[in-house]
Amino acid sequence: MTKLQRTGLTRRALLGRAVAAGALTVTGVGFIAAPNAAWALEVTVITPAQMATLLQMARDIYPHDQVPDQFYAVAVKGYDAEDKKDFVATGIAELDAAAQAQGHADYVSIGWEEDRVKVLQAIESSPFFQAIRGGLVTGLYNQKEVWPIFGYQGESFSQGGYINRGFDDINWL
Amino acid sequence: MATFDLNDDSVVVIIGTGAGGGVLANELAQKGVKVVALEAGGRYLPEDYINDEWESFGQLAWLDTRTTSGDWRVAKDFSGLPAWIVKAVGGTTTHWAGASIRFQDHEWKALTTYGPVEGANLLDWPIDGAEMAPWYEKAETKLGVTRTGDRAGLPGNNNYKVFEKGAKALGYKEVHTGRMAINSSEYDGRMACQQTGFCFQGCKWGAKWSAAYTDIPAGEATGNLEVRDRSHAARILHNDEGKVTGVEYFDKDGNLQMQKARIVCVAGNTIESPRLLLNSASPMFPNGLANSSDQVGRNYMRHVTGSVYAIFDKPVRMWRGTTMAGIVQDEARHDPARGFVGGYELETLSLGLPFMAAFLNPGGWGRSFTTALDHYENMAGMWIVGEDIPQADNRVTLSADAKDQFGLPAPNVHYSDHPNDVAMRNHAYKQGIAMYEAVGATRAFPTPPYPSTHNLGTNRMSERPEDGVCNKWGQTHDIANLFISDGSQFTTGAAENPTLTIVALAIRQADHIAREMSAGSI
Repeated sequence: MTKLQRTGLTRRALLGRAVAAGALTVTGVGFIAAPNAAWALEVTVITPAQMATLLQMARDIYPHDQVPDQFYAVAVKGYDAEDKKDFVATGIAELDAAAQAQGHADYVSIGWEEDRVKVLQAIESSPFFQAIRGGLVTGLYNQKEVWPIFGYQGESFSQGGYINRGFDDINWL
Repeated sequence: MATFDLNDDSVVVIIGTGAGGGVLANELAQKGVKVVALEAGGRYLPEDYINDEWESFGQLAWLDTRTTSGDWRVAKDFSGLPAWIVKAVGGTTTHWAGASIRFQDHEWKALTTYGPVEGANLLDWPIDGAEMAPWYEKAETKLGVTRTGDRAGLPGNNNYKVFEKGAKALGYKEVHTGRMAINSSEYDGRMACQQTGFCFQGCKWGAKWSAAYTDIPAGEATGNLEVRDRSHAARILHNDEGKVTGVEYFDKDGNLQMQKARIVCVAGNTIESPRLLLNSASPMFPNGLANSSDQVGRNYMRHVTGSVYAIFDKPVRMWRGTTMAGIVQDEARHDPARGFVGGYELETLSLGLPFMAAFLNPGGWGRSFTTALDHYENMAGMWIVGEDIPQADNRVTLSADAKDQFGLPAPNVHYSDHPNDVAMRNHAYKQGIAMYEAVGATRAFPTPPYPSTHNLGTNRMSERPEDGVCNKWGQTHDIANLFISDGSQFTTGAAENPTLTIVALAIRQADHIAREMSAGSI
């Protein structure tokens, strides 16, 4: 095995762990940040570890591999609020208890998405899970910045609609 | 613009300004009848409409407290939102897709045509296709419906092209870009469709007919129509002779007012209209107004709906262009050999990414769900709209606990599918999926019904007073100066999008009311 290939394997293994931790780093008091420093999120009420758990949950509930973490972070950052603090703490305790019941240390340290999904399925009917999931439907998909990743073009009136911009341009039928 | 005194008891009061009430208001005003129209919502015009699904929903949707029950999936997924309709001057004609097709002749006679169906409360309409033909023609002219008169069809968009190719591959013959109240060229002072793709959010070009910027201002221009917006009807009053005398409503400041009336026409859509009659119960009418038949609120219909979305290996970009300009009508026939009575239409449909996330599979999550959205750009979509079976227990009632913002009992909407509805929907899913597979779809999604846009039947027309709430003019059997003027008067739902029929009935009703007023009989 060449050095290059080993590097590749190593990088892949590292990425695997990074994904398991939500592809982010708890950077000390009050912050979580992407490993490549592309973005950071300050938390003031809940803990960085709790925010990292919410972020991982968001990715596991609505996994889109082409959507960077920062959009998921925007979708869950509203939980960093005084009136959500107890809800988050209780919910994550419930989530981690479900993880432990399936033989894991806690939810966020589970390596494979499918194993985390099994934990989420165990709490799927809980108000905590349903609130997080329901909030993501608008919190994630209603971000205008996320639409181009899916190819969706959004508002079109200001550009004169599509009458001259390809409303009938399909060419493969 | 006219203003009328609260004590003017010569006016016709119309509650609601949508396809029924808005058209009726204008038609009466054109004939010189003085009209006060009470509209719960505010005024929004094309410059106010928003090309953004959730923001527009917040602007236009009827979001007052409602509750749900029954086995329909909407009660689970959207328990407080049984219907996706509009609270605004012009009502749901701001949101509607524009599909404007006539009932088929046999659909006016559902009981006779289909025969008795177990668990159904089927009935024939007291009118028929021949009676309605001239009124349909007037409605099509008013709305500028494409492919009627000498009006050309709309061009097909990407979503339509996929749909058409699939339909033809299956051998369907009646396939075209629809009869649409969306201008294919300039008409009635309104411009042609610019293929913007936000038909449901209010047409910013005014290319789609909406009462908000056609009939309402036309009626106001006569000096005979006063529209009071943000005026929420609370109760219809009556005298000792059992005639209605006026309407209590909460004005825009939340103060209770009372407008006297010679005639009251109820056009608040199929949930609010029966609710208002039930909330108007009195010692003389303890079960609500016009309810000697016990049919007020019953027979709630919402069409057999559902969607089929499919993913292809190449882009479709279905969101571009007129949302619903595409139809297959071959399955609209009555052919019990398919395992159900009645028929259904298939129509093109698209949702933007935000609504697709909310409606593709409500409650769904994980990769099965997200891999579908990952291919949003390669998706095509269609909507199923078929005749559902009226059932006595599918009904709007007053909630025992829930109240609206004025403290009035909120409506509960109860709906369960009839086995005929389930059989029809499954047939439509199968045909829709087959259409897309014929064009090379790699994955298809039989998507459950959204909150109801077609709400029908809760004050139905009947020949005999014991079978329904109103007669063939929409006049209630019990109270001669009380009319039903919206889709709640539908005896059965037929397979077609209902707006054209609501408009045709409103034009016809205006003619009748004006004639009877002149004759002094009401």
